[in-house]
Amino acid sequence: MIDPNILVAGLLTGAIYGLMALGLSVIFGVIRVVNFAHGEMMVAGMYVGVVLNRRWGVDPLVSLPAVAALLFAVGYGLQRGLVNRLIARPHHNQFLTLLAVSILFTSGTLMIFGPDAQNAEVPYAFESYEIGGLLLDKVRVLAALGAVAGAVALWVFFKFARTGKAIRACADNQLGAQVVGLDVKRLYAITFGLGAACVGAAGSLLLLFVDVQPYLATDYTLLAFIIVILGGLGSMPGALLGGLLVGLSEALAGFFIDPSLKSMFSFGLLILVLLLRPQGLLGKPG
Amino acid sequence: MAMNMSRRRFGAGVASLGALAAASPLSRARAQAAPLKIGVLLPRSGFLADIGQQCQRGADISVPILREMGYSLELINADTESKPEVARTQAEKLIREGADILMGAFESGATAAIAQVCEQNGVPFVINIGADPQITEQGYKFTFRNFPTSIMLGTSGLSLFNELFKATGVTPKTAVLMHANDTFGQSMLKGITALMPKLGLPFQIVETVAYDPLARDLSIEVAKCKAARADIHMVVTRNKDAGLMVREMVKQKYEPMGIISPGSPGMYEQPFLKTLGKYADYCISNVPWYDPKQPLAKTVEAAFHKAYPDFSFDLNIGFSFEGVMVCADAYKRAGSAKPAALVEALKTTAISNRLMVGGTIRFNEKGQNVDLRSASVQILEEKPTVVLPVENAVAKPVFPMPGWDKRG
Repeated sequence: MIDPNILVAGLLTGAIYGLMALGLSVIFGVIRVVNFAHGEMMVAGMYVGVVLNRRWGVDPLVSLPAVAALLFAVGYGLQRGLVNRLIARPHHNQFLTLLAVSILFTSGTLMIFGPDAQNAEVPYAFESYEIGGLLLDKVRVLAALGAVAGAVALWVFFKFARTGKAIRACADNQLGAQVVGLDVKRLYAITFGLGAACVGAAGSLLLLFVDVQPYLATDYTLLAFIIVILGGLGSMPGALLGGLLVGLSEALAGFFIDPSLKSMFSFGLLILVLLLRPQGLLGKPG
Repeated sequence: MAMNMSRRRFGAGVASLGALAAASPLSRARAQAAPLKIGVLLPRSGFLADIGQQCQRGADISVPILREMGYSLELINADTESKPEVARTQAEKLIREGADILMGAFESGATAAIAQVCEQNGVPFVINIGADPQITEQGYKFTFRNFPTSIMLGTSGLSLFNELFKATGVTPKTAVLMHANDTFGQSMLKGITALMPKLGLPFQIVETVAYDPLARDLSIEVAKCKAARADIHMVVTRNKDAGLMVREMVKQKYEPMGIISPGSPGMYEQPFLKTLGKYADYCISNVPWYDPKQPLAKTVEAAFHKAYPDFSFDLNIGFSFEGVMVCADAYKRAGSAKPAALVEALKTTAISNRLMVGGTIRFNEKGQNVDLRSASVQILEEKPTVVLPVENAVAKPVFPMPGWDKRG
């Protein structure tokens, strides 16, 4: 008999995974560039959260908007200064350049913060909510709520805001967008910034229960790729669904089979989806 | 007279002069005057960085103290990055840079890799920490270990369970075993499974949960342990995972009678104590530990606290200190930094003025120190405290532990 606490824990973790992958999916969906520095940008955001927490005692949930804004600026600058120049180049040029950026991020954080894992301290780190027979980890509940709020805000922006609609127009038809006078390069930069802000917000939320160290990024970049491929590259709801599925599958595999085989099931799901539905669960056939 | 000397003749002349010089008492004095170059290999970055840096502090603090004691030494440090393959290349680099002897490397995988390099290059290697029994079962001639094997750790650590139950008058019936799924965790698991029936422990292991020591989240693992409803929670942790585990136990209100390690790192480390605060209290690690009643331990502890006021004094410091001391002692007795001389001296090591719990440091024919014992180290008032064996203890054990909401 499955413990409902396990299911809930899996879903809560999955929601944060979803927000993290959302950034990657947004960037790819619009600009068609795969951000290989995704996890590294998240780690950089986590370090900003750690510094604010350690120096001034700021809760990562409070510093989240500032971290997201900072990462937006970084993403915007990166797109304007570097990625825009590579858009017309072959894919491997883009991959290698962003891989180089990721190495710069890792080396930079290693130089500044050293190799030790660091964490943010919050007064509610050990608390949990008890509802009926369910024990909900307060930190995860807050983080998952933050992730859902972030995803909803992004959806509202793309659905209703003028700039959001313009970005969607670029994603649907870049040439058409240029013909009607949209500043595509600026919109791409905003998109990259939004993707980076998403991952910055996810980093702030993860910081509530994950210690940060410079090499953390590789695992999360890989995880983000699994999630977006599972949900469908470029699909926002797909990224969220992928996150939830990965969180849930890890929880179930951990409980029923062996916790040390958790990751195996994420990769197993990935292979299954690639074989049966290569465009991902909610992706459009390419 | 014309100078008629061939290159071969010249070479032979130099070689014989060299041999003469090496054999002379003057050379012996010179060799001793030059400090022994000890290549120290530790995981100072990567996932074991905290412990690696703690070991490094132990090695660093040893230099002035050992010099004061009349030893001549200097350290050349290298980082294994918590990766065996890096340990191998760093060992080769240190040998190229002129290290006379190597010391390290905390982790069994890295230690095994370095031992191979030392055998290939004929350079002596002293292990500070590294428990995989295979390392001293390979017939290596240059490897010496002043740390218990996982079998010794398991035997000594499990024996202390009975002492704990006897001292507190409480006998649990069931246990769950949560262990890191790596070389060390697997060898500990094998040891525990094999030794439990022989040692007559009163409880049964009703669930075994393996986990990735690099895991970022142990909520599922802890939930699985909680579901087993066992009396005690036995653990083989590595480092940060110990903190993650206890944090999850608190959140999930999982309150066994005790959290006890039969012999693994994690629950006495500084990050564990710092992150968990009062929740770190009452966790027990049955590990080789410094003897708080030994004079040398007191000296080293005082020097350590003066040099590193923000860090706690633990077994990583103690064994790294002793590792360097074993190297320096061999050099002092050998009177030479030549590998053969150092190896011969290491074989006859007999250091009784030590700081860890155990007898005189001696190595058997396999290069293993077999007279090492564990102590029960319980966190009391957020400090690691020796509670067993009685002769080394400075406080009484607390078991069963108070619930999470019954602490300060």
